[in-house]
Amino acid sequence: MSVFGDALASASAMLAAGDATLAEITLLSLRVSASATLVGALLGLPLGAWAALTRWRGRQAVIVMLNAAMGLPPVVVGLVVYLLLSRSGPLGSLAWLFTPAGMILAQAVLIFPIIAALTRQTIEDVHAPLAEWLTSLGVTTTQRVMTLLYEARFSLAVVMLAGFGRAIAEVGAVMVVGGNIAGSTRVMTTTIALETSKGDLPLALALGMLLLALVLLVSGVAQALKRWLESRYV
Amino acid sequence: MKTGMEASIGRHRATRAWRVGLVVAAVSAITGVTPAAAQSASIIVASTTSTEQSGLFAHLLPRFENASGIKVKVVALGTGQALDVGRRGDADVVFVHDQSAEEKFVADGAGVERVAVMYNDFVLVGPADDPAKAAGKDIVAGLKAVHAAKTAFVSRGDKSGTHAAELRYWKQAGLDPAAEKAAWYRDTGAGMGPALNTAAAMNAYLLADRGTWLSFKNRQHLKIIVEGDSKLFNPYGVILVNPRKHPHVKAAAGQKFIDWLVSGEGQATIASYKIGGEQLFFPNAVKK
Repeated sequence: MSVFGDALASASAMLAAGDATLAEITLLSLRVSASATLVGALLGLPLGAWAALTRWRGRQAVIVMLNAAMGLPPVVVGLVVYLLLSRSGPLGSLAWLFTPAGMILAQAVLIFPIIAALTRQTIEDVHAPLAEWLTSLGVTTTQRVMTLLYEARFSLAVVMLAGFGRAIAEVGAVMVVGGNIAGSTRVMTTTIALETSKGDLPLALALGMLLLALVLLVSGVAQALKRWLESRYV
Repeated sequence: MKTGMEASIGRHRATRAWRVGLVVAAVSAITGVTPAAAQSASIIVASTTSTEQSGLFAHLLPRFENASGIKVKVVALGTGQALDVGRRGDADVVFVHDQSAEEKFVADGAGVERVAVMYNDFVLVGPADDPAKAAGKDIVAGLKAVHAAKTAFVSRGDKSGTHAAELRYWKQAGLDPAAEKAAWYRDTGAGMGPALNTAAAMNAYLLADRGTWLSFKNRQHLKIIVEGDSKLFNPYGVILVNPRKHPHVKAAAGQKFIDWLVSGEGQATIASYKIGGEQLFFPNAVKK
């Protein structure tokens, strides 16, 4: 089991050395996954809230589909986005294949259903005890959506963290759409897959530990932010 | 509770401002990364896991980039997939090792011309105690011995150049373990590195390219069993994706890369790449 010891040692050594390539890979991971979370949230939060607060034909079917789409396999999303962005595909002229923009698109597609589905349930739960009162105030649907998104903001922050976690941890979509190009589209998960391929298991594991530490850091910052906002505004 | 709610209804106007900010941030996050893709001084080369994972590109590319100012972005795939990426027009140059598939690629009009660059060789790797008694200099005899002993054999099974070579040697041996669905024949559908990891874990035989084998770190009990057979010769070719079929292909920059690879400097750089004192690739470009 010395591989775990080796990994821990090389993880700390890489951190201590402040390796430039490692920093670049880490920053790209953060940039791609954070951008994908933003895009996913911009679409998923309003759609989820809207699905929670309105009644129309086919709504149940859409809810079932959104819930099911939380289990989209990343590599399938990657393949579909690859075919769309390919020069021989419908969006080829964007030249987004093998670029971070394409990776953001793929991850946004992957996590949009997670954000929309969880938002829908959260808003329904927050809405239930307030429904009659909001109706008595005569608010419009838009006002109702905005009010409930605001009231549920802390729960929704956790929903966004779930989306971010999914994005930064996945390897299938960014590998296919990004191509794992050194210095250009190589992120932490694709580096881990590559080092595993090379049989450098301690290095792969060390990078895995750093990825976990990064997710932990993001989660910690989110929690601190929440506590600070609560102490100011609640 | 109710006063808080009324306040929050009023407050959502204020929150609209930062929502707009989010949109702007998201859009700039995406657009901020697209100009890099539009830079013309870079080409995409679809190549094989063996050239990337053996470290050859890390040795070659900085020298070419210094000499030409052209940045080379390598996407490392199996030969079959690399050719497909080229066929779709998603790469400017393909650099692979399956000569018959490469010639078909050119004949189909997907590529301009196949240019010979270098070769290395395949080796049959297996358990150090060689339970199948496959050791020697003859790959066909080695595979026959593995087949007779029914010892575990890991196949790439991914339509890569190495996989194509493996199937060719089985055919020369008059055997077809994939069709037999033999239990000892493990079709892993994996790249060279992952297949080596699997073989190391199962203490199985497999066909590997020497470059990846030499740079592979998780060997456990594996060692080279068969090497030095002239049939194990593994030539690499480089092809410019046809700009008449895909007008966006960076033909000039791609051609520069190909010309550099077969130039005296490029060939010498390939020859100078060594791991542990052992040369991995042997230049064999035809002098023009």
